[in-house]
Amino acid sequence: MSLIAKGILQGMAVTAKNFIQSYYKKERLPTVEYPEEKSTVNQFTRNIPFLVYDGEDEIEGMRCTACKLCEKACPPQCIYIIKDTDENDKPIKRPKVFDIDSSVCMSCQLCVEVCPFESIRMDSEFELSNENRFEGLLINRDELLKSNEYYHEIHPIEAQETDDRIAAKIAEAETKKKAREEKARLAAEAKQAAAAMKAAEEAAAETETSATEQAQQSEAKAEAPEDNPETKNT
Amino acid sequence: MPARGYHLSKDELGADILEVAMGPHHPSTHGVFRMDLKLDGETVVDLKPIFGYLHRNHEKLAEDIPYLGCMPFTDRLDYLCGMTNNWAFALSAEQLIEIEIPERAQYIRVICAELTRLINHCLLVGFFINDLGALGTPLLYALREREKILDLFETLSGARMMVNYMRFGGVRCDLPDGWLQECERIVGRFPAFLDEYETLLKDNEIVITRSQNVGVLTQEEATNFSITGPMLRASGVNYDIRKVDKYGIYDRFDFKVPIGAHGDCYDRFMVRMLEMRESIKILKQAIADIPEGPIMGNEPRVFKPDPQETYGRIESPKGELGFYLIADGTTNPYRYKVRPPSFVNLTALRHMCIGHKVADAVIILGSIDIVLGEVDR
Amino acid sequence: MNNFIDYKLIELGQWTVGLFNDYPVVQILVHLLLATLPLTLVFMGAFGFSTWLERKGLARIQNRLGPNRVGIFGLLQPLADGIKMLLKEDIVPDRSDKLFHFLAPVMLMVPAFIAVGFLPLGDGLMALPMDSAILFFFAVGSLNTIAVFMAGWSSRNKYSLLGGMRAVAQMISYEIPLVLSAVAVIMFSGSLNAQEIVASQQIQSWLASGNLVKEFFGQILGWHIFKPWGFAGFIFFFVAALAEANRSPFDLPEADSEIIAGHLTEYSGFKYAIFFMAEYISAFAIAGIATTLFLGGWSGPVIAGLPWFIIKMFSLFAVMIWIRGTLPRLRVDQLMGYAWKFLLPLAILNIFVAGFYYFAEQQFGSLAAFIGGWVIGFGILQTAAKGLSRLNKSPTLDGKRVYQLVE
Repeated sequence: MSLIAKGILQGMAVTAKNFIQSYYKKERLPTVEYPEEKSTVNQFTRNIPFLVYDGEDEIEGMRCTACKLCEKACPPQCIYIIKDTDENDKPIKRPKVFDIDSSVCMSCQLCVEVCPFESIRMDSEFELSNENRFEGLLINRDELLKSNEYYHEIHPIEAQETDDRIAAKIAEAETKKKAREEKARLAAEAKQAAAAMKAAEEAAAETETSATEQAQQSEAKAEAPEDNPETKNT
Repeated sequence: MPARGYHLSKDELGADILEVAMGPHHPSTHGVFRMDLKLDGETVVDLKPIFGYLHRNHEKLAEDIPYLGCMPFTDRLDYLCGMTNNWAFALSAEQLIEIEIPERAQYIRVICAELTRLINHCLLVGFFINDLGALGTPLLYALREREKILDLFETLSGARMMVNYMRFGGVRCDLPDGWLQECERIVGRFPAFLDEYETLLKDNEIVITRSQNVGVLTQEEATNFSITGPMLRASGVNYDIRKVDKYGIYDRFDFKVPIGAHGDCYDRFMVRMLEMRESIKILKQAIADIPEGPIMGNEPRVFKPDPQETYGRIESPKGELGFYLIADGTTNPYRYKVRPPSFVNLTALRHMCIGHKVADAVIILGSIDIVLGEVDR
Repeated sequence: MNNFIDYKLIELGQWTVGLFNDYPVVQILVHLLLATLPLTLVFMGAFGFSTWLERKGLARIQNRLGPNRVGIFGLLQPLADGIKMLLKEDIVPDRSDKLFHFLAPVMLMVPAFIAVGFLPLGDGLMALPMDSAILFFFAVGSLNTIAVFMAGWSSRNKYSLLGGMRAVAQMISYEIPLVLSAVAVIMFSGSLNAQEIVASQQIQSWLASGNLVKEFFGQILGWHIFKPWGFAGFIFFFVAALAEANRSPFDLPEADSEIIAGHLTEYSGFKYAIFFMAEYISAFAIAGIATTLFLGGWSGPVIAGLPWFIIKMFSLFAVMIWIRGTLPRLRVDQLMGYAWKFLLPLAILNIFVAGFYYFAEQQFGSLAAFIGGWVIGFGILQTAAKGLSRLNKSPTLDGKRVYQLVE
């Protein structure tokens, strides 16, 4: 080190440059003054899950069917679901309780990835502070439910993709349903034809054994398999 | 009443030695780390590292969760480098099920990992100079630049640090429109920041006198302590897993490995500065070459691998980050073991500190580059 | 000359004292109050302003905004901080030495304010006019050490103790180069009187010439910093002053990254505020004395007197802030080595250079001495500094290094 330390002066020139440029270069003063501006959120931001509903009514338009896939997939197990029941204690496809403990949730988005009904999505709301650190941080079903319009507002691209997917699914279901109806109609026609033929046969010959009669009855009982909500994972 | 120990001599009493419990609440132990120092004046005569204040049961927790469920937890290991942690875990789990990763996903992984390296190294240098006593000016410059990369991560994965982005067989989602251009712009501007940073620090006489010849780790000692990462290369060992294993597609890129000759704090700082420049080279190549295509193989979310053991490791910014998995045929790992680089590198702390001053103990700890989330798990 | 502000202030003082001509005892008291009260108030205000200045300056250096919520540009932030400090709980460690724990901040504040009294704020504006003011300044300034050590020792905290011990070693070591680099100026001026030292830095013949240009430059060119020994002396003095005032890069006694806050660790509330204030006032005082010794004191063109003194003092303080925002801290053994092995021999050498310069000026005229002094005198100092740093350098320290990049 001689009388004048070159390295130190170089460093001081850098800090002086930063000092001066902070007055006129945006890049040198990146501070966002928080309560007035909120620029940290973009449309890809995720924070805490919420539930999407379609249309006006929260309960009617709810996409969630309480299948509990998200509850199983949640790594920190912060989701708690109870299925709703009607007056006759018969379970209906809707959650009665849907709680997310936001103090436990780690915003990993795995629940979103498993959801087959496009129901649970990530919110970008980040001002979640609360005076009550137990009940206040437990977000229940009614607070979680947010409209599809809100979803479009915060994640426009993703929401549009979701809507397209749902539309495609509905269309697919429609064609499937049509195909099924067609099939059922054909089957019914065939059956009618068979029944007519049988009646003709019966009329022709009433001396058939009861064993064949029983076999025909069981055939008629066979019913179409129930529509299974569990679809394949993405 | 006579004072206790009145009849003891000074040496028997140990009165010359001042025992200081530095931490867990201390401004520069990088979290909740504690060093029990025995000081003779200002000189460290003994040091006992004590940790575990941030233990979160990471490894045991994974045994009750399917493989994919462990992924978000890996973000929280070394919380500055979520992307590389994801990759290391994905790599070892992919060895269990043996799947092909699409080209595009490989490139995205490399880009994310090298961006993480930039974040980690520029931040570490800032913290290191902060430990030297520079009131955080370099640290705040580093944070200023890191913010831009974190914004990139936010548009890509939705989160800034806890990204949870990689999946077995690829990555979670494709790059949004314009992301690559933005990334190219930020990477293109990064060398200017590095130049500024180097002018501020590299030739500074105080930085040189403070950090040269402090905390020396020779080549032999470094290998014996199984040190990895920039710290090992600062000691003069040419060992970079990107070059040794060539995992992912690292054999396609042209980059070099900076090597230090002295193994002291200054070398560790400079090796990291130079590594950032090499990372920028890799990033530029990767951004230029990235192909179109799928980003994900067709893998089920939940799988049952055959009973076997795997070890996947990558060169994380801090060193060799490995995940050791034992599969027992169920959906959950039977054993899930992390080899955290900063924990292993920390074992050399006592050896490096003894004989130096208190102030040196602080900067040696700073030059190791620990993150307590990874050390304590 | 133009230092009318000073004369007006002095007149005002004399007029006020004159009001009490009939009551001699009251007159003495009024005189005392007039000397001390404005000084105390002004410097307390300056302390508040400088905390704001430091926080703003550091923030801008670090690309931040700094305080901007209280008042316009955050100017009322010091007031808010003061109120906050007053309202805070005063925590005294259970087994500390309570008396000394209490006395330490007071002990630090009193000498700081006394030192301010010796500053020649303007022409004839000096709270404690004294022929040996410079000597007294250094004598009073060295009392800081005791207070800091009291704080470190009485807190019963290991970090405090380490900080106190560091402070003692540091302040005693740096006192010597501090005084020795001032000795050159005292030799040159031939006086310990602060006013005469300032007067010696004005080119009196030019001032009396009546030529406006000459008057203008006569107030500037005589400053000791423009002479080779003065420039070197100013560097030594400023470096030692940073150490004396516990400012970065010599803030070892309160090194936050190593020993938390050193001797301040166990202080809270208003005691902490007093510590803080005393340190800032000492920093002002030492910046003021550096101004007096090397930067021509209150002399300056157009409005000589108090304004120039304040401008120079705050500029030096701003440089201290700038340094704080840039440099890392030295280590304790390097700090001592720097004082004893580098600054001390150079300060002694500087005295000789100053002596030769003085005689050369008489022998060959001031211009020849000026040119010769810069070439020969400064060359000697520079060579000596290079030689010393080479001697002091540890053999393993190799400065710039080359790194190899391998495949």
